Amino acid sequence: MLNRRTFTAASAGLALASPALAQFRVEIAGVGATQVPIAVAKFRDEDKTTQALSAIIRADLERAGVFRGIDTNAAIDETAQPVMADWRARSADALVAGSVTRLADGRYDVRFKLWDIVKGQELGGQSNAVQPADLRLAAHRIADYVYEKLTGDKGVFSTRIAYVTRTGTRYALRVADADGEGGQVALNSPEPIISPAWSPNGQELAYVSFELQKAVVYVQDVASGKRRVIANFRGSNSAPAWAPDGQSLAVTLSRDGISQLYTMGRNGESPRRLTTSQSIDTEPVYTPDGRTIFFVSDRGGGPQVYRTPVSGGGVERVTFSGNYNISPALSPDGRYLAYISRQGNAFKLYLMDLGTPGATPIALTDTSDDESPSFAPNGRLIIYASRAQGRDVLMTTTLDGKIKAKLVSTAADVREPMWGPYGR
Amino acid sequence: MKATRLALFAALTSALLAGCASNVKLDDKPAPVENRSTGTTSSNTGANNAGTSQSQVASVDLTKNQQAPGASVVYFDYDSYVVKDEFRPTIEAQAKSLTANKAKKVTIEGHTDERGGREYNLALGQKRAEAVVKSLTLLGVTESQVEAVSFGKERPAVQGSDEAAWAKNRRAEFNAK
Repeated sequence: MLNRRTFTAASAGLALASPALAQFRVEIAGVGATQVPIAVAKFRDEDKTTQALSAIIRADLERAGVFRGIDTNAAIDETAQPVMADWRARSADALVAGSVTRLADGRYDVRFKLWDIVKGQELGGQSNAVQPADLRLAAHRIADYVYEKLTGDKGVFSTRIAYVTRTGTRYALRVADADGEGGQVALNSPEPIISPAWSPNGQELAYVSFELQKAVVYVQDVASGKRRVIANFRGSNSAPAWAPDGQSLAVTLSRDGISQLYTMGRNGESPRRLTTSQSIDTEPVYTPDGRTIFFVSDRGGGPQVYRTPVSGGGVERVTFSGNYNISPALSPDGRYLAYISRQGNAFKLYLMDLGTPGATPIALTDTSDDESPSFAPNGRLIIYASRAQGRDVLMTTTLDGKIKAKLVSTAADVREPMWGPYGR
Repeated sequence: MKATRLALFAALTSALLAGCASNVKLDDKPAPVENRSTGTTSSNTGANNAGTSQSQVASVDLTKNQQAPGASVVYFDYDSYVVKDEFRPTIEAQAKSLTANKAKKVTIEGHTDERGGREYNLALGQKRAEAVVKSLTLLGVTESQVEAVSFGKERPAVQGSDEAAWAKNRRAEFNAK
């Protein structure tokens, strides 16, 4: 059974705010997912702003996979005393209502309240004064509040993602809201850009740029745009990964003749070779405790995922099924490994439960050109690149593969996603 | 100069009439200039005696393949970085030129086809470039004259998602620094 829904209401509202380069559309596949039915009433006076707050909140919650939006035309705000029986009759388990008021200093006061309809009680609310440019962020923060109150997990809707777009021969590194909207260009280039990596504090992006006609690793401060070269050795410099403390990075350098892993300080100081093989070693990623690095190596013939202590020493193979397994990503709690596996001619996103030794890895997608997975900071969603309708697109999926959202752009190829940390 | 342009046009016209439109070579021996009027006249008669469509247009794209294929490109098999014997002459010619002029420097650019991950392809392209560098140094080229770099799958020579396109994209190119 396949149940597809698209949020045309959301797109109509958001189109006014910014020329939407791209936007995620939710596709729900499969049955059995428990979804809390929630009503998000239109915020009073949200039409007087540039953002459709209620539509943004609803789309956020639906994309997370655990909520199902209920249509409502109710004209209520946070001061209402909702009649619980009426909302129960509409099958809503929860209700969000609020308002937007323009303040004398140009900011907006955004207020909301959340009710548990089943228990018939108010769960809380907030009032926040925000700059007009932060109205989308305010809506995402409300979605985070609702998500945390109702699931107990932290929401990721106010986090950011980085990705690369290609339009003809132009490349851009962009930073956008977690729903793909509000994208801003961090770097424009006539040459390819790959492998963006957020610093743990969310303030810097490391990436590989080919602007010098070879692969060089840069780190750029997102707010100021100031950037620095951290690896420009003879040969190729690539695959930056931040250590969890943000003080060092692991990179792939070919300066000693073949692609090998090195660690270095955050400014590129004192590079130290981590692996010593006669094979390709690349795509390093730190475990959350910072003590181990997962990486890809073809030392056994085809590329497979391995791990090694950061202090050096024993290398252990992690993936065994299939003859081409690349692009490891670890969940924030270190329990799950997402990676790309070649099956026949298809490249698919797989998930391995590292906490259950011997567990069979599962395919999460039915697409065939998946690349570059990255976990949301709460570990509940994975963002990855794929192809659809002849374009590079971004997708998100829940860890059971049942709820997917697709970021479609009509104007550009979108690729190389990396989910940022909490905070901005 | 004008004569050269006319000769070029004549070469193109005769190639068109011969029906080998997809394989125009600009360095072919130019046809005699006086053939131009003959060719033009015969194509205006409406006779379709060459079996070629009268609507056919031969497309020459000067933005692509600026380097003569085979002269300075080494092609590789899928997932392989082995320099095949058929490219020995290419390597030897480059080595000869580099050993003759120690001031000359080149970049060997490794590339892959579009299949698979960007970073792994970058490393695979690097391995291809390194394999070419190794062949050159075995022939006496100084290491400081050559740098192996990679563009992975980021800069395909030709667009397309079939074996013909992939085969042209799995390559190492020589570029003067």
